[in-house]
Amino acid sequence: MSKISDVFKKGKAFIPFVTCGDPSLMITRELIYAMSEAGADIIELGIPFSDPTAEGPVIQEANKRALATGVTTDKVFEMLETVSVDTPLVFMTYANVLFSYGIERFVIRAKEVGIQGIILPDIPYEEKEEFEVECQKHGVDFISLIAPNSKERTQMIAKQAEGFVYCVSSLGVTGVRTTIQTNLDEMIQTIKQYTDTPCAIGFGISAPDQAKAMSQISDGVIVGSAIVKLCQEHKENCVPYIKDYVLAMKNAIK
Amino acid sequence: MSNGRFGVHGGQYIPETLMKTVIELEQAYEFYKNDENFNKELEELLNNYANRPSRLYYAKRMTENLGGAKIYLKREDLNHTGAHKINNVLGQVLLAKKMGKTRVIAETGAGQHGVATATAAALMGMECVVFMGQEDIERQALNVYRMRLLGATVNSVTSGTATLKDAVSETMREWTKRMDDTHYVLGSVMGPHPFPMMVRDFQAVISKEIKQQILELEGRLPTAVLACVGGGSNAIGTFYHFIEDKEVRLIGCEAAGRGVNTAQTAATIATGSLGIFHGMKSYFCQDEYGQIAPVYSISAGLDYPGIGPEHADLYDQKRAEYVAITDDEAVEAFEYLSRMEGIIPAIESAHAIAQVMKIAGTMDKEDILVVTVSGRGDKDCAQIARYKGEEIYE
Repeated sequence: MSKISDVFKKGKAFIPFVTCGDPSLMITRELIYAMSEAGADIIELGIPFSDPTAEGPVIQEANKRALATGVTTDKVFEMLETVSVDTPLVFMTYANVLFSYGIERFVIRAKEVGIQGIILPDIPYEEKEEFEVECQKHGVDFISLIAPNSKERTQMIAKQAEGFVYCVSSLGVTGVRTTIQTNLDEMIQTIKQYTDTPCAIGFGISAPDQAKAMSQISDGVIVGSAIVKLCQEHKENCVPYIKDYVLAMKNAIK
Repeated sequence: MSNGRFGVHGGQYIPETLMKTVIELEQAYEFYKNDENFNKELEELLNNYANRPSRLYYAKRMTENLGGAKIYLKREDLNHTGAHKINNVLGQVLLAKKMGKTRVIAETGAGQHGVATATAAALMGMECVVFMGQEDIERQALNVYRMRLLGATVNSVTSGTATLKDAVSETMREWTKRMDDTHYVLGSVMGPHPFPMMVRDFQAVISKEIKQQILELEGRLPTAVLACVGGGSNAIGTFYHFIEDKEVRLIGCEAAGRGVNTAQTAATIATGSLGIFHGMKSYFCQDEYGQIAPVYSISAGLDYPGIGPEHADLYDQKRAEYVAITDDEAVEAFEYLSRMEGIIPAIESAHAIAQVMKIAGTMDKEDILVVTVSGRGDKDCAQIARYKGEEIYE
C-alpha cells in the first residue's frame, strides 16, 4: 500500500491531470511543481497512447500532440527522475502501454521514479489480476474505477479498492460537462458500505462551483480536460494559468 | 481471468462503464443461440432475405488456366448487400431487437459492414448510426451513399489515421455514452467477449455450407480453404467447421499493402506483436512502446492493425497459416478473376484470390482449393481504375 489514502485524511483532495509531453516534457515537469505548490493533493500524469478510447476529444488531441513531439514511456520515466515533490504522483494510461513495456518492468520503473498509483481505464475488474499482482508486489496502488451503471458490480470492485476509488461521474468519455446528472450521492454511499478507501469523482468537472458540489459528496475531485484545454490554449506559456486554476479549484473545495 | 479466451488471446479489456452492457449481451446471446424461435427467425432471414445458401462455384477456367488444384469459389458476394457481412449483421440486429434495443451503431472500413447494418436496421425498423473514417468516406463514396439511402446517419471520424481503427474507437466511445437503447453491431471477430465468439458463430454458416456443398460435389473435403483476413470474420467463418478436420489446410490472407518490409502494411501476423487493444488481447501492428501503428492497405476493409483473437490462437497452435499479399498482387488478382470468370471480387477478397493464384499451379489435380469471395467489387472499381492511372466518374 502506498501513501495515497493518507492524503485524504487532511481534507478534501484536489487531483489535477495532465498529459505528459503536452506541450513538452520540460513543461510537464514545471507543471508538476506548479500544481504541487498550488495545493494539488495528488497529481495524475497521463502517458500518451495512440488510441485512447476512454477519452473525449480534448485529451485525445493532447495524446496526439505529445506523441508527435516524440514522447515515449522511457522519456516520461527519465523526466520523472528529475522531479522531487511531496505530492503523490499516479499514472493514467492504457493497458497496452504497460503490457508492451513488460508489466513488471513498468511497475518497477514507475516505483523508482516516485509513482504511487496506476489507473488503467481499459482494465475492468475481470482483467485486473495480471496488472494488480505486479503493482502489489512493488507497493504501487492499482486504482479501480466505478461507473454510474456499475450497480451490483460495485461491491466486488469496492472491496478490493486501493489508493482511492475513481468514481466516474457520468456515462461516456472524459470531457467537460455543464451538468452532471448521475445520482452520485447514492453511488458513493454504496461504495462506502464496502470500503474505507476514499472516493474521488472525475469526468466532466471544470468549474469551481461544480468541484465544490462534488467535494461535498465525496473525498476528492479529479479534473482533466479543463486543465488539458489550458495546455492546448497557452502551450509553453500554460504553467501560470494552470497554477492559478489549481489554486482556485483547491480553494473552492476547502 | 475473464471469459472469452482463445489461448492467451481475447478477454474483455474495456472501461468499467461498458462491462454491464457486454455481460448483458453475453447472457442474452447465450440464451438466444439455443432458442429455437430465434434460430428459426434468423434462418428465415438468411435464406429468404439474404439469399442463402450462397453458391459454391467451380471455377473451371481459372482451374484450367492455373493448371493444378481444382478451384471452387464460395460466393458470399452473391448475398444481399453484396458481402458476407450481412450474415453477422442479421444475427446481431435480431438479437438487439430481442433485447429491446431501438438503436444500432456500427463502425465500417470499406463500407460493406455499414451497408449491411443500415440494411438490417431498415428492415427491422431501428435507428442506425455508422462511424467511418474520413479517409474511407472519400475512397468508398458509393457505400456512403448507400448507407444514407437506407436511412442511416454516417458520421465522419477524423481522429487518428481517419480509417477503420479510429472508426472502431469512436463507436466504442459512442457506446459508453449510450448503451441502454443502443447495441454496437461490431463488424468482425474482434473486440471484447462475447463479440469474437458471437460474430464467429454467425459467420460459421459459410464453412457449414462449404462442407455440405463440397461433399455433395466432390465426395471429400477440400485440401485447403482460403479467405482474406482483416479482423477476420469471413476467414473464421470459412475455417470454423474445418478446424477439427486436421487434414484441411486453413489459409488466411493478410493485407501487406506496399510490402511487409515497409511501414505501409496492415499484415498483423507478419509484422505484429502481442498486445491489448480494442477490448482484446491479440496480435497488433505496434511500436516497441505499444503505440498502435498507422497501418495501410489498398483495401479499406483490411486496413486494420489487429486480428481477431481466435485467429491469433489458431496461428499460435499452428493450425492455420497466414500469408501476406501486397496491393499489387491483390490488384492483379482483382483483374484476373474479373476476366477469367466474369466475377469482379471485392479488393479484400482479391487478396485471397491472389494466394490461390500463387499455390494452385504447384498443387496436384487431385487437390481442391475453396476460396471465399467475401464480397463483390463494385465499390472498388473507381479506386482500382485510379490505381491503374485511369480516372473514371462514378
